Amino acid sequence: MNYKPNEMMTIAAARALRNEDVTFVGIGMPSAASNLARLTHAPDITLIYESGTLATKPTVLPLSIGDGELCETALTTVSVPEMFRYWLQGGRITVGFLGGAQIDKYANLNTTVVGPYDKPKVRLPGGGGAPEIATACGEIFIIMAQSKRAFVEKIDFITSLGYGEGGDHRERLGVKTKGPTKLVTDLCVFEPDPVTKEMTVTSIHPGVTREQIQDATGWTVKYAANVAETPAPTEKELSVLRELHSRTAKAHGDAA
Amino acid sequence: MSRIVSLAEAVQSTIKDGDTVAMEGFTHLIPHAAGHEIIRQGKKHLTLLRMTPDLIYDQMIGMGCADKIIFSWGGNPGVGSLHRLRDAIENGWPNKLDIVEHSHAAMANAYAAGAAGLPFTVFRGYIGTDLPKVNKAIKFIECPYTGERLATIPAHRPDVAVIHALRADKQGNVLLEGILGVQKEAVLAAKTSIVTVEEVVDDFGPRNLNAVIIPSWALGAVAVVPGGAFPSYAQGYYKRFNAFYKQWDNIARDRDTFLAWMKENVLDKTPEDFARHVEGLRTAAE
Repeated sequence: MNYKPNEMMTIAAARALRNEDVTFVGIGMPSAASNLARLTHAPDITLIYESGTLATKPTVLPLSIGDGELCETALTTVSVPEMFRYWLQGGRITVGFLGGAQIDKYANLNTTVVGPYDKPKVRLPGGGGAPEIATACGEIFIIMAQSKRAFVEKIDFITSLGYGEGGDHRERLGVKTKGPTKLVTDLCVFEPDPVTKEMTVTSIHPGVTREQIQDATGWTVKYAANVAETPAPTEKELSVLRELHSRTAKAHGDAA
Repeated sequence: MSRIVSLAEAVQSTIKDGDTVAMEGFTHLIPHAAGHEIIRQGKKHLTLLRMTPDLIYDQMIGMGCADKIIFSWGGNPGVGSLHRLRDAIENGWPNKLDIVEHSHAAMANAYAAGAAGLPFTVFRGYIGTDLPKVNKAIKFIECPYTGERLATIPAHRPDVAVIHALRADKQGNVLLEGILGVQKEAVLAAKTSIVTVEEVVDDFGPRNLNAVIIPSWALGAVAVVPGGAFPSYAQGYYKRFNAFYKQWDNIARDRDTFLAWMKENVLDKTPEDFARHVEGLRTAAE
């Protein structure tokens, strides 16, 4: 079956989630990947959105983090202070799922500003929940399309911590959670080097070359000793994802 | 006791130029009709406090109501940028806008601290981020019991909180259901408040024993504005108008298009027009 690079990305990210995970889901691609996991191999996964919806099972993807669909299909809905204090800070979340505008080789993310903070070239939306999601969740998965503009040697602003300057920097800052264990792109999958914590390619999507990966990355890409080929999307994964997107488009377009 | 009044009177008697105003509603129950009334009354020099500025503050900023914004995520959810917010920050149009930027956890905690009557909040946050470098209100303290380094920011104590609730009863108590956001905390943290509601009922009737009700004596003014959250939504009344959130991207991108839209749909309109906006979105109509 033919598929697009961003479908491969969403599917590869979905596969990383486990049935027993409690996932803090960001809007956009993380939301598509998390719901795909729920609709395929992880039917009992717990999805949590920062609007307070606990264990939600939307039939269409929400446009915003707080669409009524999320609340109506949730086990229960708590206030936003409770969400951040008890459930996130309290250590109940196994996986935080993030995206960003810029990322560096230690998986630090920028969603705040391109250019100087006081005189921005592009003012981005900002951190939202990400600064605390990045350190409070058991581990972090990141999903981002790869390009030289987004994958940069030095990000303009650290909105949320990955591995900081690498090595044991997280531990030195007193952070006890693992940090970004998977970075899934439209070309490949990165995982942190066990010692340096530099994001290292461990799996390449079918048909993608190392040259393509390097051309879309602002630093010199490192590869694991054994690099796997990402299994191509199955027919089931693709059809569930496409049905989810088409239900969503219909719901959002027909909202009036 | 809250006073049940018109929205125009509520805004006029409650909000002064220069006030710090928190208009909350986390995607759900955003008090858009109140935002429009503030714009129509030409309120100026406000400090606008809100976790997610959303379309409501994009409109108020673009119309020159604000000197400063305190926020944690300034985008059009699922769509992209808030163009009026960006134009104000990047180009100072229509006026210079000071920004104080936080994370969601910090903002939610600061409202809770305000509601609890505390001067500041403590939480485990901002670790390894650059936000403390650009926001002097973010500080770190040592836990006196464990020695852990924890983040703190001052409590939010707005002059006025503005929220939209589902309904009020005749005594002026208000009820919320669904995604609750930080509205209860914002109201209890503020010196006074304005609540718009979909309807006034004689009595709330049978309900969950733990229903979220803010009592009349903890509120300022209550105004009945059916549809007052549009294009946001009111659980059980009408759905979020997602298509409009997408349309807003084009309306707000250009200054003239924005100003023309605001004249036609805000300056020349009244709170009563909101009921018409939600006619096709009514949950019961499905």
